[in-house]
Amino acid sequence: MFRWIVTRDLMLAWRRRADVLSTLFFFVIVVSLFPLGIGPETQLLRSIAPGVVWVAALLASMLSLGRVFENDYADGTLEQMLLTPQPLYLVVLGKVVAQWLVSEVPLVLIAPLIGVQFGLASDTLFILFISLLMGTPVLSLIGSIGAALTLGLRGGGVLIALLILPLYIPVLIFGAGAVDASIMGADPQANLLLLAAVSVLSMVFAPWATSAALRISLE
Amino acid sequence: MLEVINLACIRGGRTLFGDLNFSIPAGTFVQVTGGNGTGKTSLLRTLCGLLPPERGEVRWQGTDIRKLGEDFATSLTYLGHRNGIKEELTALENLRVSCGLAGSKLTRDQAKDALTKIGLAGKEDLPARFLSEGQRRRAALARLVTSDATLWVLDEVLASLDTAAVGFVNSLLEKHLSNGGIAVVATHQELNVSAGSFQRLQLGEVAGSAGPIESHS
Repeated sequence: MFRWIVTRDLMLAWRRRADVLSTLFFFVIVVSLFPLGIGPETQLLRSIAPGVVWVAALLASMLSLGRVFENDYADGTLEQMLLTPQPLYLVVLGKVVAQWLVSEVPLVLIAPLIGVQFGLASDTLFILFISLLMGTPVLSLIGSIGAALTLGLRGGGVLIALLILPLYIPVLIFGAGAVDASIMGADPQANLLLLAAVSVLSMVFAPWATSAALRISLE
Repeated sequence: MLEVINLACIRGGRTLFGDLNFSIPAGTFVQVTGGNGTGKTSLLRTLCGLLPPERGEVRWQGTDIRKLGEDFATSLTYLGHRNGIKEELTALENLRVSCGLAGSKLTRDQAKDALTKIGLAGKEDLPARFLSEGQRRRAALARLVTSDATLWVLDEVLASLDTAAVGFVNSLLEKHLSNGGIAVVATHQELNVSAGSFQRLQLGEVAGSAGPIESHS
């Protein structure tokens, strides 16, 4: 069941490649605008890098979140998903995993490359990669709650941002904090562990909350 | 098998029906009729458990469907008026995915076979966005060919179908009923199902008085 949902969503994403690429390019462009705007001040760029990359990642994930349930809702597939013999929790988890693979993983992979623009050292780039790898699942998971709550609402896109961005703050602080620590030459482990804790916590609770929100949205 | 007890539905502050009582034994075809906005879709969605009842309950084999949860889902096939067809996927993929969602795996050949029966032979590998409205409906209905659920709940599934397809749906329903299944169908079109027994449920005459007004075997 879980596999069915993931493969189906990946297949759909492949047929709609443009959507996926637009999220990735949004991320790349937003991050690249900062070095262009600020100029070649290595010290300044290096100190703003963690925050800029992480904020761009949060905003990019906003772009793709609206699509998690919207299409399935519009054509009636979501109703069928609610009526499957398997727990809705698994359906939601499947959709979130697919969204993460499609929209967040490319972003995680390209982040070290665009981090070079900020003059980050290679071990810092590695920490940036790791922190994004651990933090982005949380973005997908928490974001799915917002997507489910705003389903079928007009202007849902803005509403999602208002609902979800405040909830992203812990991820932003720990994620950017880990990279910051690495730039300062400190040990980023504490931040990464906290990030992992948030990740695990949201993996347990977010699909459950999303399921409840979906049932309400579909009444 | 399916019982509805004192069921009430309120949408947007307006009572669509109140105190609806009926029971549907095995092998029964129930046609839900009524004008636009009389609550046909709401009733059908309540029967599936998508819409929690305002008052009253729906029982399947004597137990409230809210308590049955996923056990009820295995004996139900619901087709809404939005047919759940993905434009990006082919008819074949659509059928296999929707069957997969319903928990029954379908091989490529089985799916092809079902689509041939429903009259989509040769169009299996065409993305659904190239299909006409009626053909998409047929692709959605192909699920009924493969469904072994006891309860079928079909909402306006005959819309945009041609006479041949309506005839085929008719024969599907007859086969389903003679196997002891139940079909609850909301439609404005007249179906001519000869198997099993028949009930008509007229909604919306006077709120609260709706009920089976015609039944024969």
